[in-house]
Amino acid sequence: MKVWINGESHLLSPEMTLAQLLVEKRLEGRRIAVELNEEVVPRSQHDSRKIFHGDRIEVVHAIGGG
Amino acid sequence: MRDQYREEAPLVVAGRQFSSRLMVGTGKYRDFDETARALEASGTEVVTFAVRRTNLGQSAGEPNLLDVVSPDRFTLLPNTAGCYDARAAVRTCKLARELLDGHNLVKLEVLGDDSTLYPNVVETLKAAEELVRDGFDVMAYTSDDPIVALELEQIGCCAVMPLGSLIGSGCGIQNAHNVRLIIERDSVPVLIDAGIGTPSEAALAMELGCDAVLMNSAIAHSPNPIRMARAMKLAVEAGREAFLAGRMPRRERAEASSPLAGRIAAAKSDIIHPP
Repeated sequence: MKVWINGESHLLSPEMTLAQLLVEKRLEGRRIAVELNEEVVPRSQHDSRKIFHGDRIEVVHAIGGG
Repeated sequence: MRDQYREEAPLVVAGRQFSSRLMVGTGKYRDFDETARALEASGTEVVTFAVRRTNLGQSAGEPNLLDVVSPDRFTLLPNTAGCYDARAAVRTCKLARELLDGHNLVKLEVLGDDSTLYPNVVETLKAAEELVRDGFDVMAYTSDDPIVALELEQIGCCAVMPLGSLIGSGCGIQNAHNVRLIIERDSVPVLIDAGIGTPSEAALAMELGCDAVLMNSAIAHSPNPIRMARAMKLAVEAGREAFLAGRMPRRERAEASSPLAGRIAAAKSDIIHPP
């Protein structure tokens, strides 16, 4: 299935959870926050939340800023 | 004439008490090491940061800002820098709250254009309303318009932060009169955020009666950021002390600091004979 991550299209195997996606992209354990279709998905729900074709995902972290 | 004498009270923002009245941004430093040392030298307790997309190609070993600027050591204040409408700002705040495990103190900034980075106050008001409703404690970056500043407070913002001058411009406080109006009318803390370039400008902000100042470029873009951070710390303290003490009155005419009586070169007409 095709999804959008941080504005770029990615091809993923079907039936993935957010947690599995983060592992695949080597982001597990990192200080990040995730949005799925413009809604924040809390860390506690990453294991249970499934991703579907066409989903738009944002993965963000803290950087220096004023 | 002895005018206002003021007692010190702690800085309290949304129920959180702070000793330092200098808040500092984490952007524009050479590297994380310089960032950490500058924050240390400034004595700050509140630091801002931005929320941005993670590079998916990044290796796991790379340090994260929050490893260097720990939420255990500082109150971390996420900003909505780069947001040009209320929706983007609200989304950013919600992501930041998740990054900080539920901490909900945020710096709201919604910009009007990328050349001036001037706040779009219409979108700021809209975002503030939604964020306050969702339980955020909103410190709102705004223009020096006293009507908007009061409106932000009435919407429920926990602090209002008028700009001194454009972000990153280092042009100081362009409209001290308006800043004073905001300070007089708002009950929530008022912070100058943006445009401070020198310690004297930071001290002026505090002498006007600001509760705190927020700055980034003034420190990060100094040739010696650590030294400048120290200077800013002292300036904010000096300005605050001056505000509490109260300034001397201005006079139209001169008033000598030394007494007239007993001058060796006094003219005959000046000699005061004791009765």
